[in-house]
Amino acid sequence: MLGALIIVFREAIEAGLIVGIVLAVTRGLVHARTYIFVGVGAGAGGALLVALFADALSKSFSGNGQELFNASILALAVIMLAWHNIWMSRHGRELSQQLSTVGRAVASGERTLLALAGVVGLAILREGSEVALFLYGVIASGETGYDVFFGGLLGLALGAAVSFATFYGLIKIPPRSLFVVTSWLITFLAAGLAAQSAAFLQQAGVITMLTETLWDTSWALSDKTILGRVLHTLIGYSDQPSLLQGLVYLLTLILIYTATKFTAVRPKLEPRLSP
Amino acid sequence: MTYSTFKRLMGAITCAACFATYTSVSAGEAYTLTLKDHRFEPAQLTIKAETPATLVVKNLDATPEEFESKTLRIEKIIPANSEASFTIRALKAGRYKFVGEFHEDSAKGELIAE
Repeated sequence: MLGALIIVFREAIEAGLIVGIVLAVTRGLVHARTYIFVGVGAGAGGALLVALFADALSKSFSGNGQELFNASILALAVIMLAWHNIWMSRHGRELSQQLSTVGRAVASGERTLLALAGVVGLAILREGSEVALFLYGVIASGETGYDVFFGGLLGLALGAAVSFATFYGLIKIPPRSLFVVTSWLITFLAAGLAAQSAAFLQQAGVITMLTETLWDTSWALSDKTILGRVLHTLIGYSDQPSLLQGLVYLLTLILIYTATKFTAVRPKLEPRLSP
Repeated sequence: MTYSTFKRLMGAITCAACFATYTSVSAGEAYTLTLKDHRFEPAQLTIKAETPATLVVKNLDATPEEFESKTLRIEKIIPANSEASFTIRALKAGRYKFVGEFHEDSAKGELIAE
């Protein structure tokens, strides 16, 4: 039972962290919760579908369907996160300060909400299908019994707890700094997802170069441990990345940082009050 | 500005996708692993070092398994009663562990590159 709990929890951490971060980022936006819950629901439904058709997916693209599917989902999530960050650097200030134009802000805010709900849905879709297949296997084999299945469900519940912990941890940060913190979080998150996407393309044999192992820190912190997994999601930590993964990671960081910097509206200097 | 930034971003991604054209080739010698009752057969498989190879993993069990190896950088679900094929990069001599993540207690083994 403990084994199943750990297997499922390990898969659920990534989605859990992402949901928590997105909840904190969109806090206070009108309809934010609705968007996110629809994202969660769509992701879970999609995960069941993917699990159901896992066989067909594996056989597609001459056996590389699974890798290409994962790589595309991750790439899509990266684009959505990047777009959100760039958009927020321009409009975030308006959103939080200009309450007079709230109608306008809400109208354009819905597009970034849609992107973030998409990110949540994709995260759950990817990790959820693995959880569904594992739990299905447990039931189908009949040999392990229901305590294993129950352990798996507990793992899922722990994943949801991660969401709440992340959310309540983040909203403790004062609003002024929260914006800065979350945009960095999203930048690192996106870079890590981009590196994962690259790894799947290498596994599929789509990219055959730069496969050398950049470093091996599995002796110090394996990314199969819970802490390793958390860092894997938050900053893209990997214990044995390929050269390509490292390059893609850096490139994504630089691209998002530069794009955000260039589109950011400089805050107007407040007139200094004489004492 | 935001929309054009988005478009530029999409353009960059598309270029990257074109660059990485689909060139999956099965390379080198082929090796086979079978998985039955959540155990690998053989549990130790010797392959040639410094040569790319193809590894086929057949799952003969009635349940899906996630074939995973950190050192080989592989992570893939193999549905019940089906198989998956992997291109193994040219490996330095050494031992490369793999597991079936869903049944890690019994499903474990290693590739030995010599």
